[in-house]
Amino acid sequence: MKQAEIKSKKSTEYPLATYFGYYNQLLDTKMGKALNLRKISEMFVYQGTKNGIKLATAASRVFKGNGKENPERLSNKSKSDLFDLNYNDEQIMIQETLQQFAIKMRNAAEKIDDKFEIDKALWQEFNELQLAYMQIPESFGGMMKEKSTVTQMMMVETLAHGDLGQALAFFTPHSVLNAIVKWGSTAQQQDLIPAFLLENPEIATIAINEPSVLFSPYELNTKAVKRGNEFSLTGLKNMVPLGTSAAYFLIAAQTEDNGIQIFIVDKNSKGLSVSIERGMGLNAAGLCAVELKDVIVDGSAVLGGSEGINYPEFVNYCKLGWCALAVGCCQAILDYVIPYANDRYAFGEPISNRQAVAFMIADIKIELESMRMLTQRATAKAEQGLDFAREVYLAHIMCSEKGMQIGSNGVQLLGGHGFIRDFPVERWYRDLRAVAIAANGLHL
Amino acid sequence: MNLEVPSKFKNIQNFALMAAKTIFRPVSRKYDVEEHTYPIELDLLAAGLNGMNEGSDGSVGGAATKKEKIDDGSVKNGGNMANCINIQAMCYGDVGLLLSIPGQGLGNAAISAVANPAQLEKFSKSWAAMAITEPNCGSDSSAITTSARKEGDFYVLNGEKIYITAGERCNVVVVWATLDKEIGKAAIKSFVVEKGTPGMELVRLEKKMGIRASDTAAIVFTECKVPAENLLGSPEIDVKKGFGGVMETFDNTRPFVASMANGLAEAAIERTKELLEGKINLDYKTPINNVKSVEAEIYRMEAEYEAARLLTLKAAWMADNRKPNSLEASVCKAKAARITNQLSLKCVELASSLGYSYNELLEKWSRDSKILDIFEGTQQIQQLIIARRLLQKSSAELK
Repeated sequence: MKQAEIKSKKSTEYPLATYFGYYNQLLDTKMGKALNLRKISEMFVYQGTKNGIKLATAASRVFKGNGKENPERLSNKSKSDLFDLNYNDEQIMIQETLQQFAIKMRNAAEKIDDKFEIDKALWQEFNELQLAYMQIPESFGGMMKEKSTVTQMMMVETLAHGDLGQALAFFTPHSVLNAIVKWGSTAQQQDLIPAFLLENPEIATIAINEPSVLFSPYELNTKAVKRGNEFSLTGLKNMVPLGTSAAYFLIAAQTEDNGIQIFIVDKNSKGLSVSIERGMGLNAAGLCAVELKDVIVDGSAVLGGSEGINYPEFVNYCKLGWCALAVGCCQAILDYVIPYANDRYAFGEPISNRQAVAFMIADIKIELESMRMLTQRATAKAEQGLDFAREVYLAHIMCSEKGMQIGSNGVQLLGGHGFIRDFPVERWYRDLRAVAIAANGLHL
Repeated sequence: MNLEVPSKFKNIQNFALMAAKTIFRPVSRKYDVEEHTYPIELDLLAAGLNGMNEGSDGSVGGAATKKEKIDDGSVKNGGNMANCINIQAMCYGDVGLLLSIPGQGLGNAAISAVANPAQLEKFSKSWAAMAITEPNCGSDSSAITTSARKEGDFYVLNGEKIYITAGERCNVVVVWATLDKEIGKAAIKSFVVEKGTPGMELVRLEKKMGIRASDTAAIVFTECKVPAENLLGSPEIDVKKGFGGVMETFDNTRPFVASMANGLAEAAIERTKELLEGKINLDYKTPINNVKSVEAEIYRMEAEYEAARLLTLKAAWMADNRKPNSLEASVCKAKAARITNQLSLKCVELASSLGYSYNELLEKWSRDSKILDIFEGTQQIQQLIIARRLLQKSSAELK
């Protein structure tokens, strides 16, 4: 059958697909188009400046800085003594804006899944939201004094409700920004942060995963060998989001005497090659393999400077991001299967009248809320500067295992329709398989 | 956003944990073996609890179901959350013994939630059990057949009630009975019946698989005359309002039952880790597929337990802040009860024949845990409640 014939068959053969397309359009006009998306910087009183931004354009990254001794760090959120699950007014405003944007992501998702990249107009619109202001310290022209880990969890979750793959792509550069604000040396901050406030911010990504069975982020084959004031990096990374569009990479490598560290590697570095490597899902994020053959990196390009960083904690912030992605996607599944099961008739009544169906949906709710609670607790502890290693570890187990179960049940509930690409649940199934595996890209 | 237990509840928690360790645990096995023997150690504890109740905003035992009155828009951590924290800590000691603490029965919760001032005055010092289940009706409490017939200033009760927790030891029993079987749910009312009322006979104490420290009674009512003023709520049959009034109690108590499960789960995981010391190394870092099978089991149990605990706190937090929480109450009850049952059985398995023997409490906890997924609404009833809410279905559509 030719492509055109398939397209024309769609509306008659799969009436529900048409129905849900219509449903999304309705949401779009009701919410997305009627209300203008507002820029983050316009939402709040803001008196920063975008003047005087200079970009480092050299191919090799050498961070000299201006000699200022201490890097800028956002302070820990002061701990409230009350158990409180409310978002504050500011967070609710951001959430509402992102919910409208997420509807556009949902509408674009099917097309993007085949194109393996996000279209430029949508990137442009995302950039106009200027989320970076919610990450950057005041002294660098941003709006922040305190950490906003919870806000960022909410952002990722909300975007993932639109589409997991696109959410990963959109939030990957912001994750690099988080990493630089949180871990970067003075010179790294001064060189790299300003580019995130540009109209078209620089794209960068994080590469930890390697193509090996039983992969552990704490046992890497990528090695960094010290040569004088430089390092030579050799190894293979894969499952790297935005690999082809990134200006630079944060690459995890095993050093000889300082554990695993993160290296800031320019895309034009000699010996570095990037190739598209398709996977089961996450197509919107344009997954790549990154090969390093004796790539020379300046000593100043070790994240955090000569002392480096606490790598296990770095990984934990990455996992928080993946947990938030899973929660958002699973919420999307729940919101999708409810109207489906109510509208789909079999044996003379809605399939949701049957306990076998209804109880699966109840279970999705129970496990989704479990994932959410563990993710929220780990994130809130991180934001307060408390040790959250155990919490994020447990949250990640829950999000990996229950998230995949929800993904599978989402397809099951739609039966044959679930297996057809006209419906989004098969994409969510493919995307959710990544949660247990990936450490790349995200960093809250 | 903050998901840690507030420091103002640390005292309650510490007191309850101390009671769990020093009063409950030493006699846990004794009253498991000597079923139907009254645990006299609890009298001392009850006296202490009553003293605390009088001096605090939220009750410590099972009775704090009155919703907070003041609403100034600020976030509250109140009686419901305090109760959950307290119950979990006590059940870390022993679920059966918690259910036997004088004056902390489910009937007390019902009285506290729906009684008028005169009834509160009359019964607030009582130990009130709850009688709903009948030989031919369990989860379907709308199908009860125990009848109440108005005769002058009295109601006359006839019927048989079973599975009444603390039915022997209590002072009063809150009995569900129907004014007119034909009308259905709307005609079901609850009556406070004092022990010793003629026509009320305790016919049996059940022998059970677990929670043996708690007495479970069967009571038969034969032409039992109860004063009309002992009817809880409105005496009118309001078909529109229906079941709401009597079922409201359960929105409040489901998080408490979830807390019982959480306490048992906490105890089982902790003891299993103690027994496995030297054989496991939990670093909360190595990917779960790269650790020993037993370590992976422990990680999963901890994840499930923490999720259940936080879901329970969420439901209680919503009640304290006057947010409708019927859905969340069922979610936490369903999750906590089922994972606690599963993980307590897994703990016995991990501890092998040591765990199976009477030398450890693990086997007892795995027997105790099963009831938590049954009483106060079975797993399946919770799923029905959750599904009906999510799918916006009536009980006629989603049966």
